[in-house]
Amino acid sequence: MNAIEPRTSTSTDALVAGVLGGNRLLLARAISRVENQAPEASALLTALYPHSGRAHIIGVTGAPGTGKSTLVTALAQSYRAAGMTVGIVAIDPTSPFTGGALLGDRVRMRALAGDAGVFMRSMATRGSLGGLSKTTGDVVTVLDAAGFDRIIVETVGVGQAEVEIASTAHTTLVIEAPGLGDEVQAIKAGILEIADILVVNKADRPGMDRTLRALEMMLDIEGNGARYVRHHGQLLRVESPVENDDEERRWKVIVMKTVATEGTGIDELRQRIEAHRHWLLDSGEMALREQLRIANTLENIIRAELNRRIASSMPAGSLDALVEQIRRRQSDPYSTAASLLSGI
Amino acid sequence: MSERKIRVLVAKPGLDGHDRGAKVVARMLRDAGFEVIYTGIRQTPQMIAEAALQEDVDVVGLSILSGAHMTLCPKVVELLRAQGQDHVLVVVGGIIPDEDVEKLKAAGIDGVFGPGTSSEEYVNFITSHVRVPA
Repeated sequence: MNAIEPRTSTSTDALVAGVLGGNRLLLARAISRVENQAPEASALLTALYPHSGRAHIIGVTGAPGTGKSTLVTALAQSYRAAGMTVGIVAIDPTSPFTGGALLGDRVRMRALAGDAGVFMRSMATRGSLGGLSKTTGDVVTVLDAAGFDRIIVETVGVGQAEVEIASTAHTTLVIEAPGLGDEVQAIKAGILEIADILVVNKADRPGMDRTLRALEMMLDIEGNGARYVRHHGQLLRVESPVENDDEERRWKVIVMKTVATEGTGIDELRQRIEAHRHWLLDSGEMALREQLRIANTLENIIRAELNRRIASSMPAGSLDALVEQIRRRQSDPYSTAASLLSGI
Repeated sequence: MSERKIRVLVAKPGLDGHDRGAKVVARMLRDAGFEVIYTGIRQTPQMIAEAALQEDVDVVGLSILSGAHMTLCPKVVELLRAQGQDHVLVVVGGIIPDEDVEKLKAAGIDGVFGPGTSSEEYVNFITSHVRVPA
């Protein structure tokens, strides 16, 4: 494969100083170091972590072709007009066959070129299946430490089950477009459930009313109260802090209409995101989501380290012989796994 | 588990909109296992250098058919170097007259590829020339 030597030439201290001091070249290299899971990445993140926690993280997800990249661009412009700086992470899929990727989100983001208040990075999934890549959360931490006010994370074009973004973002936007499905699609489990704000983009297209009705019906059925977040295969019920009829304290998921190519509805969307941020802070839900995010991060670090230890404890080539033994039924996968793991 | 991929920015500077060649090359490089950041047409040298910086690429590939290569390509190299992206390999593909090839190389372009270049040629050139930053 095309693996080349990890870059080790810039010291961690220099990268940390660069990220905190607004040096875009060093910020870009710091992101690479984190994305590549280089040996020094953990020291870098350790140094940057205390400076993170200030940015509001906005997740943007939805099916391919709903206009996510265009919407992210328009939203970033709206934030810039409101005087805020914006970091963007956009994820596209890695080919499971070649390991290569074509990252095309920049094509839609021309309008952001030349603005020093925006930093945009494309990432490939590198084998992850949840809509993000393994290191997306860490890259967000780097951008957060670099001082961007708002960080927008655009997932790969997702289907129905890629809900990982909800444990990375503070506010999750699910983007739909007219004509993609009927009322039954809308009440299926999965991606629609993670929306804090539902956006029907391309609202000038035919079928708008039907899509809007389907989504609003779904919200009616859901009751718009507690929400569920998937956490390593387990559904966590995240209660709104006030369970009674205190409507004021609950977050109401609403459907917003946008035409991102023309900027229609984008300022209203930004205001709604900011309203959600205020609700998170006022209601105490922000702390809950942060806990979930941190628990996730912690578990991922532990898992990655365990994987590394497992891989390094396996003698090279030994697996082939074991597999062949199992194929001949001289052994079985269960006891083989147990004996391999006992050495760790 | 350290995982380092070669990242390539494929861009079309200038005003001609013929992006088929750029797309074919982008696809070729993707199939060779690279991470290709495709920026599309009508990019200024400033946009290209800034995108290369944010994406921390190893290679910038410029596709150019308009005849403006002698102006645009050296400008990209100049901006990359001015930003401190000293290690970035710059290659040009497209219709480049023979007499300009040496001039482009003198201006800091690492490789020039004409029509009919095979996937192997591109990939071998890139893998054998990628540099680690100072």
